Amino acid sequence: MSFSPDASLKPSEPAVATPGQQIMRRLTRPAGVIGATLTLALICVGLLAPFLAPTDPRAIDGPSLSPPTASHPMGTDALGRDVLSGVIYGARTSLITVSGVGLLVFLIGITVGIVSGYRGGWLDDVLMRGTEALQVLPRFFLALVVVAYFGPGTDRLVIVLGLTSWPLLARVVRSQTLSLRRRDFIEAARTQGASGYRIVVHELWPNLLPTVFTLMGLLTAQVLLIEASLGFLGLSDPDAVSLGYLASEGQRFLRVAWWLAAFPGLAILVAVLGLNLLADSAGDATLRA
Amino acid sequence: MSWGYLLRRLAQLVPTSALILLVGFALIHLAPGDPVLALAGEHGDAEYYDFMRAKFGLDQPLHEQLFTFVANMAHGDLGTSYVQGRPASQIILERLPATLLLTATALTIASILGLGFGIFTATRRRAWQDTTATTVLLATYAAPVFLIGQALILLFALGAGWFPVQGMTSAVTPSNSFGHAVDVAHHLVLPALVLAAPEVAVIGRLTRVGLLQELGSDHVRTARAKGSPPSIVVAKHALRGAVMPVVTVIGNRVAHLASGAVVVEVVFGWPGMGRLLVDALRDQDSPIILGIFLLVSLTVMTANLLTDLVYVWLDPRVLFS
Repeated sequence: MSFSPDASLKPSEPAVATPGQQIMRRLTRPAGVIGATLTLALICVGLLAPFLAPTDPRAIDGPSLSPPTASHPMGTDALGRDVLSGVIYGARTSLITVSGVGLLVFLIGITVGIVSGYRGGWLDDVLMRGTEALQVLPRFFLALVVVAYFGPGTDRLVIVLGLTSWPLLARVVRSQTLSLRRRDFIEAARTQGASGYRIVVHELWPNLLPTVFTLMGLLTAQVLLIEASLGFLGLSDPDAVSLGYLASEGQRFLRVAWWLAAFPGLAILVAVLGLNLLADSAGDATLRA
Repeated sequence: MSWGYLLRRLAQLVPTSALILLVGFALIHLAPGDPVLALAGEHGDAEYYDFMRAKFGLDQPLHEQLFTFVANMAHGDLGTSYVQGRPASQIILERLPATLLLTATALTIASILGLGFGIFTATRRRAWQDTTATTVLLATYAAPVFLIGQALILLFALGAGWFPVQGMTSAVTPSNSFGHAVDVAHHLVLPALVLAAPEVAVIGRLTRVGLLQELGSDHVRTARAKGSPPSIVVAKHALRGAVMPVVTVIGNRVAHLASGAVVVEVVFGWPGMGRLLVDALRDQDSPIILGIFLLVSLTVMTANLLTDLVYVWLDPRVLFS
């Protein structure tokens, strides 16, 4: 090959894409497209439930225990209620729970992680000891105890899961912050006299994005499964339709009406699968434990 | 293993145990209503309430109450179940063996199947078998435990009739202990498989990733170049390194196993601690609820410690990284 000085000067793809570009590039792979589509579907179904559901999920709307038909694509339950409407409203409850928990996890996890990693010192020690202790608490059982003492409800479920689900996010954000803090571009910003706030928001944050995106996807998928299990044990909010609760009602009719348990369960599977695929494809797949 | 590391890890148990006890104490006091109702249930008589109030020092200042609470818990004294009228710790311990049998069997199945899946997919990288198996694992990981349980009941218990639908033993008691063991094992197959399913996905996935990394490493290439047959290369040279992360993840899945066991026990009517917990939740039997929460928390904490120690023992380099 002949040496050509022009080759190195030719404008081409930048060797290092920005974190946002990296996420977008990964999202356009097949797994990412499927994951994004499923997640978007969950969000749309949840938001538009009152418009999408054929009937009120509690209304008696047909014959008892009818198998899937054109008018009831997922069949009806023992009281003649439409299962499809139940699944759609159940997805809405799941979405509300997951969004609430996700928001709390995001705010607490990011704050603790960045403060711990960027400030360091005694504050880091205190925050990390607390994080480690909290990480050991079994969330599912804690949620059970809270429901036992305070009664079932979406609000307390969001609070207890939100307050206990962030340690993994905080720890990973902290370790990433620690390694990024010593990198040249952050040092350069600091020498230019950038404030701590500016460095965190403009230099650090964009580089944390892929990791945060991945972990949020995995954590919300876990929350979805916990919410489903609680519903299955009959501990969901009595005022809301829950996919897990629908599946538990179906268990009694497993022999005669498989559709009662199958569709709510499959809806959870699809939603969790979507979040997992999205998380896996968007970021660093090695993060998953 | 250095004694310093061991001592440091043991010292970390102190704040964690404190947090666990504090959470239990706080929940009882934050719950709406009189804490004695949370401790003694709502259906006790006045005499019993007075007894419990004195026992947990609920007429004392808050810090004294905390002290009494911790002292009682440290003695394994969880109070008396008001449904059964016996010590809660005794009732929980009676149910523990069934849950331990279920989780231990599930973990064994998960380790064997997970490693098998991992080796199978990693050695057929990008072939259709790899894609199919990886997709199945992904779906298994995303499926709620009860969906898998109901599907297996529908297929193999109600449909094919190979396994019983519910329970741990048949109504007809077998004459000897061998017959009893066979009967329990027959009932155990489906619930253990269901509980193992998500763990198979986790272990299989990790083994696959670890094995692929190892198969591309220098020492494996050397072994290949020396003419070792492929099966020996995988079994002797690559698997050793690949199994390391799997060991840690098994220890860290204890909390998942315990919560999965609650759902599986409900789906299959397995008479373990999970069913006891669900019944106690329905009856508001607080000593049992709190007792199981503390037991599971302490078990998870111990499992994490043991995992870390095993990891350091297997690979002392992590101490210095």
